Amino acid sequence: MALGLSVIFGVVRVVNFAHGEMMTVAMYLTLTLFTALKLDPLVLLVPIGAVLFAFGYLLQRALINPFINRPEHSQFMLLVAVALVLVNVQLIIFGPDAQGIRTAYSFDSFEIGPVIADASKVYAAGAALVVAAALFAFFRFTLLGKAIRACADNYEGARVVGLDVKRLYALTFGLGAACVGAAGAMLMVVGDVTPALGPAYTLLAFVIVITGGLGSMPGALLGGLLIGVTEALGGVLFTPSAKSMFAFGLLVLVLLFRPEGIVGRKAS
Amino acid sequence: MKRRQFNRALAATAALAAVPASIPFVRAQARSLKVGVLLPRSGVQAGIGQDCHRGVEVGTGILKQLGYPSLEIMNGDTESNVDVARSRAERLISEGAQLLVGAFDSGQSTAIAQVAEQRGIPFVINIAAAPPITEQGYKFVFRNFPTAPVILGDAFANQLEVFQLAGAAPKTCVFMHVNDTFGVAMQKGFTGVMSKFTMPYKVADTIAYDPAARDLSVEVAKAKASGAEALIMVSRLNDAILITRELVKQRWNPLAVLSMGPGWYEDQYLKTLGKLADGPLSFVPWYDPNKKLAKQLEAAHRKAHPEINLNTNHVYTFEALLVAADAFKRAGTAEPKALADAIRATNITDNVSPGPGIMFNAKGQNDKLKNSAIQNRGGKLVTVAPKDAANAKPELPMRPYNKR
Repeated sequence: MALGLSVIFGVVRVVNFAHGEMMTVAMYLTLTLFTALKLDPLVLLVPIGAVLFAFGYLLQRALINPFINRPEHSQFMLLVAVALVLVNVQLIIFGPDAQGIRTAYSFDSFEIGPVIADASKVYAAGAALVVAAALFAFFRFTLLGKAIRACADNYEGARVVGLDVKRLYALTFGLGAACVGAAGAMLMVVGDVTPALGPAYTLLAFVIVITGGLGSMPGALLGGLLIGVTEALGGVLFTPSAKSMFAFGLLVLVLLFRPEGIVGRKAS
Repeated sequence: MKRRQFNRALAATAALAAVPASIPFVRAQARSLKVGVLLPRSGVQAGIGQDCHRGVEVGTGILKQLGYPSLEIMNGDTESNVDVARSRAERLISEGAQLLVGAFDSGQSTAIAQVAEQRGIPFVINIAAAPPITEQGYKFVFRNFPTAPVILGDAFANQLEVFQLAGAAPKTCVFMHVNDTFGVAMQKGFTGVMSKFTMPYKVADTIAYDPAARDLSVEVAKAKASGAEALIMVSRLNDAILITRELVKQRWNPLAVLSMGPGWYEDQYLKTLGKLADGPLSFVPWYDPNKKLAKQLEAAHRKAHPEINLNTNHVYTFEALLVAADAFKRAGTAEPKALADAIRATNITDNVSPGPGIMFNAKGQNDKLKNSAIQNRGGKLVTVAPKDAANAKPELPMRPYNKR
């Protein structure tokens, strides 16, 4: 999920404040398809990623593109409005109750010595690594990926060499949304969904990408790992109710001593 | 008609029209009471708020059958948020609410109580356990729900009864509580109240957790690592589900889960977890299944919601409306001061909750309420203590999760 936010910001330079809400859309899609087809969410992440890709592509072309050169507060208001619309549509369709799914491995765990690992989380983490690897490969080895990176590096240069920047921006937003779609499917394996879940996940994604480095894909992965480990250690060693305090404490330290993020590049 | 005659006629007509309204004995008695019902219908407590609302739906019908004047319900959503609760209370009063009911949560109820007191509108709390709400000297705030120390005291008394009946008791426990107004109030009272009882267990650790937590694996791992035999819980619905899942995943089969709050007996908990939901004991404000009105409410509720068990949320929301309707009937007016005086003089013995009935002390608190111990069994809830309100024997130790 944080990877999607980082991809979108890294290329399109728009901060997606509807990120968490888009993820709950993906979670509800997973729930609906799981109920109808009884397919594992980790299988569903491919079609749901595709649906979210289309959603992101259209959203960028229709709504966000006209705001690309407008002040940041206009972009912020637009995406907050999109988020509010998404939350309320979900409330109307699915209601406020938390809903979840139960897979064959929902209550399984692996016992490795004194450590017990939640099977659902292990599978979801594996799927997340596969998605991240595919995204890295796309940006590094495909022409389209290289073109998108060119847009991110030099907007004017990309236009000069004849790249269709508007289309590439829409594709990038679609890719970011596809990451969110995959994340939503994976999250349904480990937890329940409510329409109100979005903002908390948007905030978490921000903490992760700012810690790792806004716009950096390795940074998003590293940031996610660091925040997760910090929260878990903070909870075990101190008090679980202060887990978030440790994550935000880490964010403050990063902002103080390395404002560009742990692996982020300094603005030239 | 000349201009002067016309003006005199107009003035006379206006004076005649004004007379009935200015003479109190001529004024018609208000036919219905506008009741603003504030509940967390969305947000983290949405499930429970919706559940309370079922008590409103079923309850208004029963009140009509009992011959009480009609209540005009004005719904408000607190969005599980204290600030929203405050602003919604203001708005409902501005829109004409003559009495407020709500709001399930102590923090939200505290905010509404402040507004009600400032505006001089009676507020009947359905569910909220933090003691300070009725310790402020408020004149317009009433609570027909036990405070945290009472819930705790009755919980320990009922636990002793359950352990004796089952012939089993844990030697060590972990106390886990949600870190919100209710949870902290319960935690503060826990140690003090427990010391008044001779409990068979010691508390190995106390763990607080975030009410909006999406993952409680660390909390459960920490509880398990303490080596405790049982869990004492003060939680909400979503966290109760999360904790049960973690108990299964982390292969921890406590001898007992002893809940002193909502969550563990609620229908969504039972529905979501199926056979994994069986076993937890909840020590909660419940209803006396032997009372006439309880049977009537149970029947009406079953008819309206056959898939949902009658529970605390329905019962105490219904009783809050019962208090409102009864006071309005006796006061004969919706005038706030008269209504508040009538509520203060409430003496309803034909009620649903355990204990002698609904009556308020000088602080606006019903201090006569009693709690029950209930256990989840096959998707239903049975009362196992106190003995005079029980319909089943407790099952302890809990069946291990991997043998279900």
